[in-house]
Amino acid sequence: MRKSLYALPVLLFLIVAGYFAVPLFSGRDPHELPSAMIDKPLPAFDLPALAGGANISNASLLGRVVVINFFASWCVPCKVEHPVLMRLATKEKLPLIGIAYKDEPAASQKELTNGGDPYLQVAIDRKGLTGLDFGVYGVPETYVVDKSGHIRKRFVGPLNAETVERELLPLLRELNRS
Amino acid sequence: MIIELGHFALILALVVAVVQSSVPLLGASRHNHGWMAVARPAALAQFVLVFIAMAALTHAYITSDFTVINVIENSHTDKPLLYKVSGVWGNHEGSMLLWVFILAICSAAVAVFSDNLPRELRARVLAVQGMISVGFLLFILFTSNPFLRAFPPPSNGHGLNPVLQDPGLAFHPPFLYLGYVGFSVSFAFAVAALIEGRVDAAWARWVRPWALASWCALTVGIALGSWWAYYTLGWGGWWFWDPVENASFMPWLVGTALIHSAIVVEKRDTLKSWTILLAIITFSLSLVGTFLVRSGVLTSVHAFAVDPARGSFILLLLLVAIGGSLTLYAARAPALKSGGVFAPISREGALVLNNILLASAAATVFLGTLYPLFLDAVGGPKITVGPPYFNQTFGPIMVPVLVALAAGPLLAWKRGDVLGAVQRLWIAFGAAFLVVLGGLYVTQGGPVLAVLGLGLAAFTGVGAIVEWADRLRLLRIPLGQSFGRAVNLPRAAYGMTIAHVGFALSVAGISAAAFSVEHIDIVKLGGTLEVGGYSMKLVKVDEIPGPNFVAEDATIEITRDGALVTIAHPQRRFFEVQQQTTSLTSIRSSVLADLYVALGESDSKGGWTIRAYYKPLISWIWLGALVMAAGGMVSLSDRRWRVGAAKRLRGSAVPAAAE
Repeated sequence: MRKSLYALPVLLFLIVAGYFAVPLFSGRDPHELPSAMIDKPLPAFDLPALAGGANISNASLLGRVVVINFFASWCVPCKVEHPVLMRLATKEKLPLIGIAYKDEPAASQKELTNGGDPYLQVAIDRKGLTGLDFGVYGVPETYVVDKSGHIRKRFVGPLNAETVERELLPLLRELNRS
Repeated sequence: MIIELGHFALILALVVAVVQSSVPLLGASRHNHGWMAVARPAALAQFVLVFIAMAALTHAYITSDFTVINVIENSHTDKPLLYKVSGVWGNHEGSMLLWVFILAICSAAVAVFSDNLPRELRARVLAVQGMISVGFLLFILFTSNPFLRAFPPPSNGHGLNPVLQDPGLAFHPPFLYLGYVGFSVSFAFAVAALIEGRVDAAWARWVRPWALASWCALTVGIALGSWWAYYTLGWGGWWFWDPVENASFMPWLVGTALIHSAIVVEKRDTLKSWTILLAIITFSLSLVGTFLVRSGVLTSVHAFAVDPARGSFILLLLLVAIGGSLTLYAARAPALKSGGVFAPISREGALVLNNILLASAAATVFLGTLYPLFLDAVGGPKITVGPPYFNQTFGPIMVPVLVALAAGPLLAWKRGDVLGAVQRLWIAFGAAFLVVLGGLYVTQGGPVLAVLGLGLAAFTGVGAIVEWADRLRLLRIPLGQSFGRAVNLPRAAYGMTIAHVGFALSVAGISAAAFSVEHIDIVKLGGTLEVGGYSMKLVKVDEIPGPNFVAEDATIEITRDGALVTIAHPQRRFFEVQQQTTSLTSIRSSVLADLYVALGESDSKGGWTIRAYYKPLISWIWLGALVMAAGGMVSLSDRRWRVGAAKRLRGSAVPAAAE
């Protein structure tokens, strides 16, 4: 057997080690979950509205900056997030679109009737297929969509006052200006 | 005071480890007997020192000494004693100490039992063990010191993560580490052999029992972890291809290849450089398994610590250990002389096939586990590689493994006879055929692949027994003579048969998982849930106080055709200190199937979410693993290991010890 063959393991190892070194020293937060959908157009969807009437689709949201929030009545962190959303809707007049993810429509409706409804419109994603297209890891998740229907930002987990002040509102101001 | 003693002992252990890793090595190259002789007392001293450190930390946990930061962060006075003790290794710092402790035990064992080893080899092996020890002790003392104090001490601790407060998990890390660290001995032997440039049968004889013992411990450790996931997580799952599970599975796969290829080195004096490489890779993967889990590089439910200082240290340590040994391999392995030649169709050939397949399987798992990380490193999106990838790639590799496993042992060394082997396996073919036929009949259009999997398991299991019967020449010579042969058959042969049957049992259990039935619903008090022909009636839910939790305890009557089968008590436990809930599933296990009930959340209107599963043969997965490990232990008890070197074997006429 040729001698160089015996050097193969160490070469392979060095390549692998190099790959490990990069994320360790790049100083990025390993907990950050960037979305593959950033700067991509909204995935196509056409979902029934919880309030009845016309369906809500990716096309129907075009032309304005909207914030899409995935939630569910069974989701505990959503209850934590709810007061933040309520404040955004009443104080900041945020155009919030809710998508009830893998939820019983009656249960979603009851949740909103009892706790207050921060959303302009709520779409029903009964089987969670639209959530899958968005790349939702788990509820709640929030997506900021610009006027041309491109996703600009994703927030994983419940929004809190700090991320709203520091990230969400500045981004919305910028998008509304352009 | 005791804590400071432990801390001191650990620092001293580092000093001793530095001596152990250098002086004997120099002595071996200069043939200086005095210097080489340092290795043994150094290894023993290190064992005593690390033992003191370990005992000091354990003492702090048992007495709930809240002046120690590590105890504050991981213990609580309300915790039962078992979990106070297991809390010692239930965290990053303590688990590293446990690692070094096991390493010290292994080194001491090598030092004590190595009388018949050539002096140079022994000195080098212990020196390599010392180097590993130096690396880990530096890591502990500089980045993960469990002996740091806190002032002022708080009145109570934060407690151990409730999910980890479980007997299965209390013993999972020690077994896993016993496996990981045990492979350090084969690694040390491999590196020592490379330095020496010589590998012979006596070397393999030394390496194999260590690899085998480590492999047994790792098998048990992995099985415990999987069993724990099955009964506590409450989803009825038992293996998630989670990076942390894969981290322990990869050394197992390569370690399995190692224990097989070492046979070839021992019996046929060939495949040497390959075996050395496997020994290096097995331990490298053990190191990767230990560290990646703890560095936070793999983000997962298990991640313990995210700390760049630790991360860089770990990377450096891996670079030196793995990179160094592989460089040595590149330089020295070409010089290793190979012995016996063999035809492709032979016992050696079958073992080579087994090695190639197991190595490919490990590579597949490696790729699936690390690919997301590679992608992340080059700035790609965060992705996860899930069960679909592993099922599609890993499954097909296991099929030829199973076939080769049945046929391989029937082939002769050097040149085998495939046709003869196939003929002798006719009973196995028959068994597989019957199982497939029966499976198709019972499941009526159920998952065909799973039925085939069961058939394959039957083929392998029966094939292993056929091989045993073949050795006894059962039914071909009078029964009495067969019995005589059975008595005289070496334990190693029994070990192989048992381990192979165990593997077949596990495969059967895994295949049958496709037949499991589940039902999840909200059940009112007095309501019922049907699953797999059983009817489950929710009678009541009580609140029961525990030592450090409050439990909701459901009483569920399980009946079949109106007859009471059992009363199940699944619980949800709420841990006040951590504000965390865990579930205690109720599992009624039998050889044929498990009935699995988990209590979910209350809907606060008198209803509870109940998950119920009917899982045929599921317990075979862990039963099989235990049988595999038992096979390994039986093989370990073979007298040829105890007798040791080949030259002694010839001289002694000692009858097999009665034990």
